[in-house]
Amino acid sequence: MAKANKYSNTVVIRAENVRKTFGALTAVDSISFTVKKGECFGILGPNGAGKTTTIRMLYGFSPITGGRLEILNTDISQGLVQIKFRIGVCQQENNLDPDLTVQQNLEVYARYFDIPLPKARRKAEELLGFLGLNHRKPNRVAELSGGMMRRLVLARALINDPELLILDEPTTGLDPQSRHQVWERLNELRSRGITILLTTHYMDEAAHLCDRLVIMDHGRILVEGEPLKLIRDHVGHNVIEVNEPNPELRDYICSHNFGYEDLGHRLIVYSRANDALFHKLSEEYCREGCVFRMATLEDVFLRLTGRELRE
Amino acid sequence: MRGLFSFHVSQRFLRVWQRNFTVYRKTWKINFLPPLLEPLFYLLAFGAGLSALVGKIQYHGAELSYVVFIAPALIAITIMYSAFFENTFSSFVRMYYQKTYDAMMATPLTLEEIVTGEIVWGATKSVFATVIMLVIISLFGLIYYPHGFLIIPLAFVGGLAFGSIGMFFTGIVPTIDIFNLPMFLFITPMFLFSGTFFPLENLPIWAQLIASLLPLTHLVNIIRSLSFGSLDVSLVWSTGYLLIFFMIFFPLAQHAMKKRLIK
Repeated sequence: MAKANKYSNTVVIRAENVRKTFGALTAVDSISFTVKKGECFGILGPNGAGKTTTIRMLYGFSPITGGRLEILNTDISQGLVQIKFRIGVCQQENNLDPDLTVQQNLEVYARYFDIPLPKARRKAEELLGFLGLNHRKPNRVAELSGGMMRRLVLARALINDPELLILDEPTTGLDPQSRHQVWERLNELRSRGITILLTTHYMDEAAHLCDRLVIMDHGRILVEGEPLKLIRDHVGHNVIEVNEPNPELRDYICSHNFGYEDLGHRLIVYSRANDALFHKLSEEYCREGCVFRMATLEDVFLRLTGRELRE
Repeated sequence: MRGLFSFHVSQRFLRVWQRNFTVYRKTWKINFLPPLLEPLFYLLAFGAGLSALVGKIQYHGAELSYVVFIAPALIAITIMYSAFFENTFSSFVRMYYQKTYDAMMATPLTLEEIVTGEIVWGATKSVFATVIMLVIISLFGLIYYPHGFLIIPLAFVGGLAFGSIGMFFTGIVPTIDIFNLPMFLFITPMFLFSGTFFPLENLPIWAQLIASLLPLTHLVNIIRSLSFGSLDVSLVWSTGYLLIFFMIFFPLAQHAMKKRLIK
């Protein structure tokens, strides 16, 4: 089945020229995008790009300054409470309730959605099983590892059977095992038809999970599209990295109109087609320190948002 | 933009109350101890210790033993402290350190409901503490019944007033240490100068006037009257005075919290 057919045309999130200012600072500057039902949509960007501000507006934590934001066909400025009944949110911090046990965290959270206790118990049982936390029910939150806390936050966000799941950096700070476990669960949720919107710093995470994504910087959307297509359009298929390039190689690259980035000690050449260029470079200009690899989303990201530190 | 003091609170604020009650039940044995032991300590210290020095005291023309005089004030002080502590230190910990409010705000709960639930919870803690203290103090025969039962709903009213004041400070203090300011400038003077440990008539007139503005003075008056079995119109005034404090500080607390958390 082709990916594109998987989604109906129902729009779950519609953002039109959404703006957010804090005093003189414009954190989000007129962004527009739509997320369709069943899709996994990513928001990428360096620190301070406006990702978290955007996601906070989506779940009603921050009121929008301007524009229009519709979630599940409801205008957020009119039906926020109704919307919140139908969405699940994983905030960036693990704000689990430290005063409660694992089991109680889910039961108490279910109460916020007016879910009656017997149903909450059933749902908690199911979710703790789904996220591999069944044996941790009576534990206090402080006794959990980082990965388990994150999974509990995810379980909590699913307590109300949300139609839309919003995740702010779902795997930041997790070890590779935990990350892959979270990814696996998210993929499974996606296959059940839940719409997912997430922010992330990890390009592999975005490439792995997202059907479509936007890269933001300085409060604006730079590009939007499917991960593979973005790589093809902005970088190409392959990348050649040359350590300590000599002047002849630089001249050759410059004169032949290849896409490249000169980082001083390193030269990055974006190669559109085959490995012929790599063979030429490695044979004629650099015997060592020359690497040929597939282009990734990270190349797109760095190319579009630059390499200087943000903080 | 919405008006400063417009807010809508559905009965879902009870969910916040329930959350706190769930936590309270987990540690109820520890929660029961202070209101259980505190009156015993005070009655021992003041009844056995200090009253030998003080002897009888004059209050509204009657001669009372010192223990009879201070026992109702102990309840009033507990009402004030229970709610004020809950809605300052405890609420601040939930809001700032545990991010409990952040998690709640991702659910159908609104900030107004969270703040309301917290204040009502603070008042509930005043009621719990009051009931325990009433039992202990009644064992010494220091409360007149059935009038004494009215102290329980009054504990709720007093709790709402002091809790709202506390929540207002929670909305404006930059760090948890700053709570020491309202504690020393507002709560401690009330603890000492609200007719708690000596009759206000002993003070100069100007000090009496200032004391009569303090909400704790009114709570002490009501509870002392009820403990002595007297009902008069001043109880209505004093209760009304506490309600006014609540009606002023409840919207102020809502406004301060909104300013603090909605960004």
